[in-house]
Amino acid sequence: MPKIKMPKGTPSIDMTPMVDLAFLLVTFFMLTASFRNAEPVTVETPSSISDKIIPENVLMVTLDKDGRVFFNLSDAEARKEMLNKMLQKYKIGLSEEKVEEFSFMSTFGCNMQELPAYMNTEAAKRASFPTQGIPTDSTKNELLDWLSFAAVAAGNTGRTAFEEAKLKGAEPKMEDFKPKFILRVDSKTLYKDAQVVIDVFRELNLNNLNFVTSAEAIPVN
Amino acid sequence: MAQIAESGGGDHGKGKKRAKKGSTHVDMTPMVDLAFLLLTFFVLTSTFSKPKVMPLNYPAKITEPGKKPPKVNNAATFILSGDKVYFYRNEFYPKSKPGPNGPTELEEANFGSGENSVRKLLASWNEYVIKNKVALDKQLDKKQIADTTYERKLNDLTVKREAVKVLIKTDDKALCKSFIDLVDELKIASVGVIAPTDLSPGEKELLKEKN
Repeated sequence: MPKIKMPKGTPSIDMTPMVDLAFLLVTFFMLTASFRNAEPVTVETPSSISDKIIPENVLMVTLDKDGRVFFNLSDAEARKEMLNKMLQKYKIGLSEEKVEEFSFMSTFGCNMQELPAYMNTEAAKRASFPTQGIPTDSTKNELLDWLSFAAVAAGNTGRTAFEEAKLKGAEPKMEDFKPKFILRVDSKTLYKDAQVVIDVFRELNLNNLNFVTSAEAIPVN
Repeated sequence: MAQIAESGGGDHGKGKKRAKKGSTHVDMTPMVDLAFLLLTFFVLTSTFSKPKVMPLNYPAKITEPGKKPPKVNNAATFILSGDKVYFYRNEFYPKSKPGPNGPTELEEANFGSGENSVRKLLASWNEYVIKNKVALDKQLDKKQIADTTYERKLNDLTVKREAVKVLIKTDDKALCKSFIDLVDELKIASVGVIAPTDLSPGEKELLKEKN
């Protein structure tokens, strides 16, 4: 029997298709990835079978497990309007730059007296800013003010967006542009803490609330 | 190895200028390494699923003093306390004023799927709606009715006399998780009328006896 000869020299494999694929995937993931803004609180949401995706124009109140209240308004333009009204009402001064910066932030939570200090904190350190959240006591209900200004501001920007979409020739539904009210609670939050926030919403006659939940499979009978 | 391999480069000056011959292989290893590094990074960090929301309509606040909430036919009341869930059917009858079946007593339920679970209870109470919903679903699947008609018909079903209406009451120890779980069960059982309300003094007393 003749010996099998091993081929000499370096075996070369054509890697081009693999590299093509790798770059295709890189491009795909880069384009589809959406980065979350830094959140000052981590919230573990309960799960439900609901498959409704979170809408675009939202007012979101977050409650952490200690019952601290945080607030977020998605639209930058509306945020600015809301903040200016709040500063006016509570007679607090904030520089133009900080107002601009605020409009691009996400969730925040502090009382109005703490706000200038909060805004002067470095962005990375805001998560550990010592605060009790937005006050909701009946004597000093700042959340009520935030929400009422935010609802008006978000309503205005929603209407503008609706008019713009109409000019472009599409047939938009006004319903899609109206601000939605979202409540994000931790699994371990006491319901009575959430009820305080819900009552603030109801005070403003905003009765259609949405709870943020993570998806769960629908049970088969 | 990371350079463009050149060969020749000899013929200066003399004769015609020729395009360089030979292989122009670029070593792609570092680039591929980087590509895979990025790929791994994006695969691991990207989140595809946007969070979902569960809509829930709260009853409007009663602004006129003395006005009582409307009476509900075929009601079921769930009371959440800590991680426990209790329920009773129909109206509340205190011990001093017992109804046709005596005073109201709280029964305990659970969030499993077995005996005495909220899911089983609701499935039996709301059988009428669930049965009719199946028929509606079929019609929708076969495109016999439009989406809007489907929604309207479903809505009509859930407010009928035969459909169960649920009141949710919570005490100070109730967690949001059990509240959301309960609302979720109600949505699974296609209960349309859900009203989170406050505990009455009579119910508070019953709850105290249970704990």
